[in-house]
Amino acid sequence: MSARFVAVKVLGSLATLAFVVVFNFFLFRVVEPDPVANLFRGRNLTQEQRAELQQQFGLDGSRLEQFGRYVQQTAQLNLGRSYVSNEPVASEIVERAWPTIALVGVSTLLSTVFGVLLGIVAAWRRGSKTDYASTTFTMTTYSMPDFWLGMLLLIAFAVVLGWFPVGGITDPGSDASGIAKLLDQAHHMFLPALTLTLAYLGEYTLIMRSSLLETMREDYLVLARAKGLRDVVVRNRHAVPNAILPVVTLIAINFGFVLSGAIAVEAIFSWPGLGLLTYDSLNAPDLPMLQGLFLVFSASVIFFNLIANLLYAYLDPRVRTT
Amino acid sequence: MSTAATTASARRIAWQRRRRAAARVWSEYRRDVPGMIGLGLLVLVVLMALAAPLLADEGELRAVNAVGNPTWATPSEFAPLGTDNLGRSVWAQFVWGSRISLLVGLAATAIAIVVGALVGIVAGFFGGPVSSILMRLTEWFLVIPFLPLAIVLASILGPSVENIIFVIGITSWPATALVVRAQVLTLRERLYVERSRALGATRRHLLGRHILPNVSPLIVANLTLTVPVVILSETTLSFLGLGDPTRASWGKMLEESFAAGALTRNAWWYYLPPGIGIMMVVLAFVLIGHALEQILDPRLRERRS
Repeated sequence: MSARFVAVKVLGSLATLAFVVVFNFFLFRVVEPDPVANLFRGRNLTQEQRAELQQQFGLDGSRLEQFGRYVQQTAQLNLGRSYVSNEPVASEIVERAWPTIALVGVSTLLSTVFGVLLGIVAAWRRGSKTDYASTTFTMTTYSMPDFWLGMLLLIAFAVVLGWFPVGGITDPGSDASGIAKLLDQAHHMFLPALTLTLAYLGEYTLIMRSSLLETMREDYLVLARAKGLRDVVVRNRHAVPNAILPVVTLIAINFGFVLSGAIAVEAIFSWPGLGLLTYDSLNAPDLPMLQGLFLVFSASVIFFNLIANLLYAYLDPRVRTT
Repeated sequence: MSTAATTASARRIAWQRRRRAAARVWSEYRRDVPGMIGLGLLVLVVLMALAAPLLADEGELRAVNAVGNPTWATPSEFAPLGTDNLGRSVWAQFVWGSRISLLVGLAATAIAIVVGALVGIVAGFFGGPVSSILMRLTEWFLVIPFLPLAIVLASILGPSVENIIFVIGITSWPATALVVRAQVLTLRERLYVERSRALGATRRHLLGRHILPNVSPLIVANLTLTVPVVILSETTLSFLGLGDPTRASWGKMLEESFAAGALTRNAWWYYLPPGIGIMMVVLAFVLIGHALEQILDPRLRERRS
């Protein structure tokens, strides 16, 4: 992979990021031309108090000045202050990012591994009962709203059977630490992680299945069989490594989206990550927080898109030259 | 006069050909079992939405009219589907909710498909700076996370059915644009298009006679595959409290059942029907879409046999 190829891709991503930063500013200035008036509606503010509040939230001066300050602050990773807690948005987002990364990381890992395996089996034994069963299962989970699936799992395993807690990340009032705390958190994470795993599984299964079906028609597989290689070798050494390429890209791209995709599921399980933060900021409404979240979500998509592009070029030499 | 006669007959021949093609598609579609199941499901839901006034009284949706009803009544206590925390009939909400879910699904898809197809055709057919600007725009829209953007837009515009339709439509077009553009790019280089261009065909003629008829099957297949995504988006947005507060929809039923504590009470008659309704519609369109895709895309059809 040439340095030039990497540089072009990185620059392209930076340009997109710049677009998002600008877009973000205008999007939120359209929402509320005068947030201070809205936020402190019904209270008598003196002119000085108004000015002070406006300055505190970075809303004084002309649009152009605001924009300049916004760009400068964003470049310094300063995303302003929350209307609700008056804490810096950036530090709150960083704090709430960990539960989401843990939840989404585990679910993505599980759903990709099982999705790819299921897809391989379904494609290799095309038209078999296994293929039929996995396609039916995939279609069913795809058709459900992910949070409704979460609601069903919550009722079955937390409300009726009582095997798992109904929400949160630790038992309230628990002062456990070390291994005990970690186990408690894993216990809380089980149901939301299961929900997201099942919700994502279908897509990977379908992509892997159709990619492998396409690969199976290639001449080099016919040759591999003609050489007398065993079925397992043909599959594992010749077919799967080629068929898995689009799946790898999809995983990388989805990982960017997944950070923001868990909003409703986190709300169902009160999982204190970025999704629940979005849900709460939406109800408040806490505009600087939403603005910061939107920026972080977009940046993560752009970042993982870049990773996907570079990864694809690394794995598939044909892409590098274009 | 003779020219008029030949164009008329040429048009008639074209129509006959199209009718025959449609009949062929239908006869193939009829043999696709999953596709027929999907069509059946869709007909069922559409009939329910159309017959809503016959199936349930719209007045039952309002809490004021439900004061005398028992709250949290099970289906055996209050036929046919019990009541919610305010004593409103769940059946009435389910039946009337199907209208909003279908309306949003179809209308938002229409916006997404029109914008996507237009961008794809223009970017593919004209090329040059217009194309690169449009493709950059498409890339940007692909990168902006859909759900947060929809949430932000919906909260700016305020909760109403029209806004939800607009928001989902305006954020769902990039995939269609990419697919359509790719197809137009290959069409543009086909020999018969080149021949037509060499004979002095105008852009209008090329677009109307060669490009549009050849991308429209693709657009139809894309349409049926966009509806499920759009309906699931509507559900999520409504669940997050961004739906129209005055109209019952399946997403809003899920939101209200969750907020009212139907889960801890295990009031299954409240949270199950809307979810099953959504599943039915989404499944219907997915099955129809895949069936159409296999019939219309010769590459897939070959693979099927």
